[in-house]
Amino acid sequence: MSNVLVLVDHAAGAVRKTTAELLTIARRLGDPVAVFIGEGVSEALPALGQYGAVKVIALSNPELGQFLVAPKAEALAQVAAKVEPSAILISSNAEGKEIAARLAVKLDSGLITDAVDVEAGDGGPVTTQSVFAGNFTVQAKVTHGTPIITVKPNAATPEAAQTSPEVEEFDVTISDTAKTAKIVESKPREATGRPELTEAAIIVSGGRGTGGDFGPIEAFADSLGAAVGASRAAVDSGWYPHAYQVGQTGKTVSPQLYVAAGISGAIQHRAGMQTSKTIIAINKDPEAPIFELVDFGVVGDLHKVLPTATEEVTKRKS
Amino acid sequence: MKIVVCAKFVPDATADRRFRSEDNTVDRAGVDGLLSELDEYAVETALTVKEAGGSEDGEVTVLTVGPEQAADAVKKGLQMGADAGVHVLDDAIHGSDAVATSLILAKALAKLEADLVVFGMGSTDGGMGVVPAMVSERLGLPAVTLGSEVTVEGQTVRIRRDGDTASETIEGTLPLVLSVSDQANEPRYPSFKGIMAAKKKPVETWSLADLELTADQVGGSSAWTEVVEVTARPARTAGTIVTDDDGSGAAELVEFLSTNKFL
Repeated sequence: MSNVLVLVDHAAGAVRKTTAELLTIARRLGDPVAVFIGEGVSEALPALGQYGAVKVIALSNPELGQFLVAPKAEALAQVAAKVEPSAILISSNAEGKEIAARLAVKLDSGLITDAVDVEAGDGGPVTTQSVFAGNFTVQAKVTHGTPIITVKPNAATPEAAQTSPEVEEFDVTISDTAKTAKIVESKPREATGRPELTEAAIIVSGGRGTGGDFGPIEAFADSLGAAVGASRAAVDSGWYPHAYQVGQTGKTVSPQLYVAAGISGAIQHRAGMQTSKTIIAINKDPEAPIFELVDFGVVGDLHKVLPTATEEVTKRKS
Repeated sequence: MKIVVCAKFVPDATADRRFRSEDNTVDRAGVDGLLSELDEYAVETALTVKEAGGSEDGEVTVLTVGPEQAADAVKKGLQMGADAGVHVLDDAIHGSDAVATSLILAKALAKLEADLVVFGMGSTDGGMGVVPAMVSERLGLPAVTLGSEVTVEGQTVRIRRDGDTASETIEGTLPLVLSVSDQANEPRYPSFKGIMAAKKKPVETWSLADLELTADQVGGSSAWTEVVEVTARPARTAGTIVTDDDGSGAAELVEFLSTNKFL
């Protein structure tokens, strides 16, 4: 079988769920080889083995963390030159896409971003993407070089396939050119205790209809173990931080369940959440365009509906 | 300082966008186009940097690659206050993917001898957001991306950005590739004066030959990705909608969650 490189997405060795998804997809295409950049590979090893990595290539050059993505792309290009993979899979977040972009130029290869599914095809992987605010589904393939594919969270359900991968240390050479943009300060975002917006299975989002009070949104989200999102209107009003904005100019999300509360459903917002598997909306205005998308809708005041629903969910769960 | 904004002409996101059946590329003829909304933040950033610098020789050029109508994207930039425009126009470009587009842009930027290259965070059509990094890679220049606050002092460009896990400050030295998010500023509207002045500003049209590129390096025939199938999403079947007149909305909502195994 051919090797498929998977760039591990992790925080100090804590492997993100997206990596389990990538490994699951990689197994459809060949033997997954995990590339781990940074500190904490031993902490990461059990999770990588659980989802079928046949080998883990570890890169711990300290310069890799300090200088943004250019050195990581260089490192990955060097690994690819040695392993000669049949495909490279990377998480479709801001950093992942930037690494993939540089890698495509370095390896003289085609790049597909934001895949929501990847399957093996006759001439290499065939990807599925959702475009134009979810109005079209596009299937595509890479026709030149090593297929480089960034995959969106929730594109696959992680399936365990236990292996005992060996760790191979890999020494990289980082060029001076790659060291020209530097992180001079980094403040970790305050932990909310909620799941990451982009990888959450359930998201509860609030918009203009909250009137600035996100309390009912957060409480309902917590009762469901969900992440909290916000519409651009809510973010522009200063009611919720930009990091939580869902939409074309914020984050695109694709959870199992999306609950839009007090969100009318402007095209830009729809572009960011339309591929959610199940959609629920709560809005006072029966004419709100969001109702065209829903599987279930409540025409009503979120300030009345959500607190009662939160109570009921908590009761049923306990 | 020579500031170049890379701007994309895109089909209007509020219109009925579709694909051409013959080659699965975006149908640009059937839909009105405009300067990608996200590139307005880039134009504004360029103008602000120029104005803040107060240097006599500061110049903002809007660069676009695209069909005839893409000249409108350049025009919008000029109306906002940019000084000059360059439109790379060549029939052979149709069907270029991001990798090929980045090659064309890199050649044009080298020819323009740009000190600062400004991009929006992504286009509102393809939405890949990868071209700034590709151009930076090709030109061997540093890239600071997705800035929500941008300052330029002398040769140093500093941005702040909010990532998924951290809020960072990133620094680089000119010449440099910059991309800005929609949090960076409030793009100005063209004034009447700006609209009139734009008509007199120089716009150059360059062909592939002007960039020492050949047709086989770009376009659909050399795109390294291929769209094999396009499917319009079937109309969503109408969902259940209840009205919370009597306070039963919450109970029905929870029942839906329970039936669909979300609890």
